[in-house]
Amino acid sequence: MASATAPSSGGATSFAGGLRGVQEQHTITVLVNNEPGVLARVSGLFARRGYNIESLTVSITEDPLVSRMTIVVAGDADVLEQITKQLHKLVDVLKVYDYLDTPLLARELALVKVNAEAGQRLELMQLIDIFRGRVIDVSDRTYVIEVTGGSDKIDAFEKQMEQFGVRELVRTGRIAMMRGPRTV
Amino acid sequence: MATIKTTGARALLECLRREGVDTIFGYPGGAVIPLYDELYHCDFIRHVLVRHEQGGGHMAEGYAHATGKVGVVLATSGPGATNLVTPLTDAMMDSIPLVAITGQVRTEVIGKDAFQEADITGITMPITKHNWLVKDVRDLPRIIHEAFHIARSGRPGPVLVDIPVDVSRAVVEYDPDAVQQVEMKSFKSNFKVNALQVKRAAEFIAEAKRPVLYVGGGAKAAHAHEELLELANRVGIPVTTTLHGLGTFPENHPLSLGMLGMHGTAYANYAVHHCDLLIALGARFDDRVTGKVSAFAPGAKVIHVDIDPAEMNKVRRAEVPIVGDVRSFLNELLKYVEPRNDLAAWNNEIGKWKAEFPLEAPDGSEDGLLHSEFVIREVARLTNNDAVVTTDVGQHQMWAAQHFGMRKPRQFITSGGLGTMGFGLPAAIGAAFGLGGETPVWCISGDGSFQMCVQELMVASIYQLPVKVALLNNQFLGMVRQWQEMFWQRHYSHVNLEAAPDFVKLAEAYGVRGLRCERPEDVEATIREAMATPGPVVIDFRVTRETNVYPMIPSGQTIDDMVVRRPDDPAEEPVNTCHVTPGAKPSEVVVVTAQQGENQEAADDRLPAPGEVVDVAR
Repeated sequence: MASATAPSSGGATSFAGGLRGVQEQHTITVLVNNEPGVLARVSGLFARRGYNIESLTVSITEDPLVSRMTIVVAGDADVLEQITKQLHKLVDVLKVYDYLDTPLLARELALVKVNAEAGQRLELMQLIDIFRGRVIDVSDRTYVIEVTGGSDKIDAFEKQMEQFGVRELVRTGRIAMMRGPRTV
Repeated sequence: MATIKTTGARALLECLRREGVDTIFGYPGGAVIPLYDELYHCDFIRHVLVRHEQGGGHMAEGYAHATGKVGVVLATSGPGATNLVTPLTDAMMDSIPLVAITGQVRTEVIGKDAFQEADITGITMPITKHNWLVKDVRDLPRIIHEAFHIARSGRPGPVLVDIPVDVSRAVVEYDPDAVQQVEMKSFKSNFKVNALQVKRAAEFIAEAKRPVLYVGGGAKAAHAHEELLELANRVGIPVTTTLHGLGTFPENHPLSLGMLGMHGTAYANYAVHHCDLLIALGARFDDRVTGKVSAFAPGAKVIHVDIDPAEMNKVRRAEVPIVGDVRSFLNELLKYVEPRNDLAAWNNEIGKWKAEFPLEAPDGSEDGLLHSEFVIREVARLTNNDAVVTTDVGQHQMWAAQHFGMRKPRQFITSGGLGTMGFGLPAAIGAAFGLGGETPVWCISGDGSFQMCVQELMVASIYQLPVKVALLNNQFLGMVRQWQEMFWQRHYSHVNLEAAPDFVKLAEAYGVRGLRCERPEDVEATIREAMATPGPVVIDFRVTRETNVYPMIPSGQTIDDMVVRRPDDPAEEPVNTCHVTPGAKPSEVVVVTAQQGENQEAADDRLPAPGEVVDVAR
C-alpha cells in the first residue's frame, strides 16, 4: 500500500511485469485531450470490460489542452495489461503510465468534520498536529480538519478521529507523480 | 492556402469527395434536410435511398467488405441514428471501416429532449472507434477527415459524426487542402513490426515439426493473401482460416484445412490441437474458435501477429507477439524463411484425418431430399467458386463457410463477431454497388434472417442489382433449434417459422423474380435460371427441416467433445416432427394454483443438481 514517505503501487511482492493471477493495486496516470466526453469514454471503458475503479481524479495540467487522470485500480498483471492497452486505443488518450515499480509520490486530501466538545479539543489538536493537519473551520461544536498524505496516513487519521465522532468525511482520490526529474 | 466559403453541408460533401467516396447509403429526416438539399445538387456522389437505416448500415458494411474502402451511411437524428446501432456494433466486432453521419437537433436544444433527439454519441461510445458531436461548423471539415483517417487506419472500424442541423446550415470558411492533412498526436496506428521478433518467428518456424497457420480477417484487411500463399508453399505449412479469413487462402490448395472452430472441419481442429507451433495472423482467438481456451492447441508455441496491440495476450499468451500489419510482417519474415521439405510426415498425418473425417454433404441421391449443403455446393460449382457470397447468421452461414470453397480474398462477406441476422441481403446490395453493379453477388440466407431486412429487396429491385438470394428455407430458426435438440431435450421453444410469407410472391411484390425449388434434381436448373435472369432473384429452396451442422464442438468445450458427423445410430437421429405447432400455445396457458405450483417445482428436472457444473454458455 502506498504511504506518505515510501509509497509503492504494488507492495513488496511485485516485480517487473507483475504477477499473473495475483491481485494488486495499481496507480495509473492517463493523459487525455481536454475535450468534453473524455471522462465518459474512460470510465465507460472500465465499466463495460468489468474493471473496478477504486478511485479516479481528473485535473488540469501545465498544458491547457491536456487533462490528467489518476486512476487506482486492482487486478492481476493480465487485467492491468488489458486495461493499459484498451486505454491506449481511445483516441483521446495521449499517454498511459502504470507506476508499477516506479518510485512515486502519491497524495490524497481529506476534509473531516468532527465533534469538538470543549473538554476534548486539546487532545484533538494534538492529534491534528501529529498528522500535520489543519483546522480550517470552527463552530461551537465542530472542527473541519484538512489533512493530506498517502492513503495509509489518511486511513490512520480517519481511525483516530472516530473517538471524537466523525460527522462528515470527504476524500479526494489519489494523485500521483514520479520521484526525481522524470515525468510521465 | 486557398480558402473556400461554404455551408457546413456542402463542406461535408466536399470532404467526402476528397476521401474518394462515390456512394453513400442514407435515409432522410428533419435534421438532415440541409444535407439532402446539397445532395440534390451534387453530381459526384451517388446516394442510395435505403428502406431502413439498419439496412443502410449493413449496405455500407457490404460495400466496405467487398472493396476494402470506407463505407458511408447517412441517417437523421433520433430514431434514424439509433437504427444504426446494430450495424455499427457489427462493424466494430468485425473491424469494418465505416463512417456514419447522423443529423442532430439544433445545438441550442440539445439536452432538452427535443423532438427526434437522441444522445447518439453517448449511445455509440462503446461501439465506435471514436465519435464526435460537431458543435462548431469550423471543426466540421477537420472532423470529417479525421473520421475517415481513424476508420481506415490501424485496425479498421466504425466511427460516427453527429452534426446538428444548424451546424449543417452555418457558413464556414476553410482551406480544404490544409484540413485534409490529418494530424492527430493522440491516435497511433502505424505500428512497425519489430525486426528482432520477426527473426525469432523465423527461428520458431524453422524448428517447428508440426506448424499450423491460423489466418483471420486481419490478413484479408492487410491484403496479405499472396505473401501468405508464398509462406505456406515455401515451408509446407497447412493453413486454417477463421470465418473472416475464408478466401484469403484458396481452399482448393492441398495445404488448405478450411475453417477451424466450433463448426470447423474436423481435420483443421485436429491439426490445431496437435500442432507444436500456431502462427496466428490477424486472428483474435475468438471463443467460437478456441472453445475452452486452456485446452486449445495445448502443446503449441504461439506466434501472434495483429495490428491491434490489445489483442496480444488478451486470450492466449503468445511466445512471439508481434504488433503490426500482417502483410508487412510476412514480407519481412519471407526474407528469413528457408524452404523446407521435411514436413511431409505432418502433412501426411493431416491427410489421414482429411480422408477419415471429410465434410459430409448428402446430395439427395439416396434419400431424395433437398439438403442445404448440396444447394451451397451447387451454387459454388455453377459459379466456378468465383461468386462473391454474403450470408446471414445461423446454420446456412456455417454450411456456406464449410461447403462453398472460397478461392479469393473478399469473396466471403458475413457477420462474424456480432452474428447479425438480417445482414446478408443489405450486405449483398452494398457489395453489388461496390463491385460496380455488374458482378453477381450471391446472398445465402435463411428464412429467419431474410425476413429481418427483407425491405431492402426494393433497393435491389430499383437498381436491378445482380443479387441472387439463395434462401435455404427449413421453416425453423435452425441453429437455435439445433441447440435445443442437442442440449435442451428437444424443447423447440419458439423456433418454428412454418407460418411464413410465400417468398416467391414476396419477391414478386418487390418486382423481383421469385423461384422455388423443392427437389434435388431441380437445383442445377433453378440456379442456372437465376444466373440467366438479369437483376435480382430470390430462390426459395425448401430444404430438409431438421438437419444439424456438423462437425460441432459444443460451446466452451474441447476437441474431445467434438461431434464429427451425424450419429449413425437412427435412435440418435432427431425425430422428423415438430411438437410445437403455431397457435397451439394459448390453450396451454393455464392458471397455476399454489398447489400445482408446488407440484411442478418438485417435478422440475431442469434445475441443475447441487454441485452440477452448469455451462452457462449453453
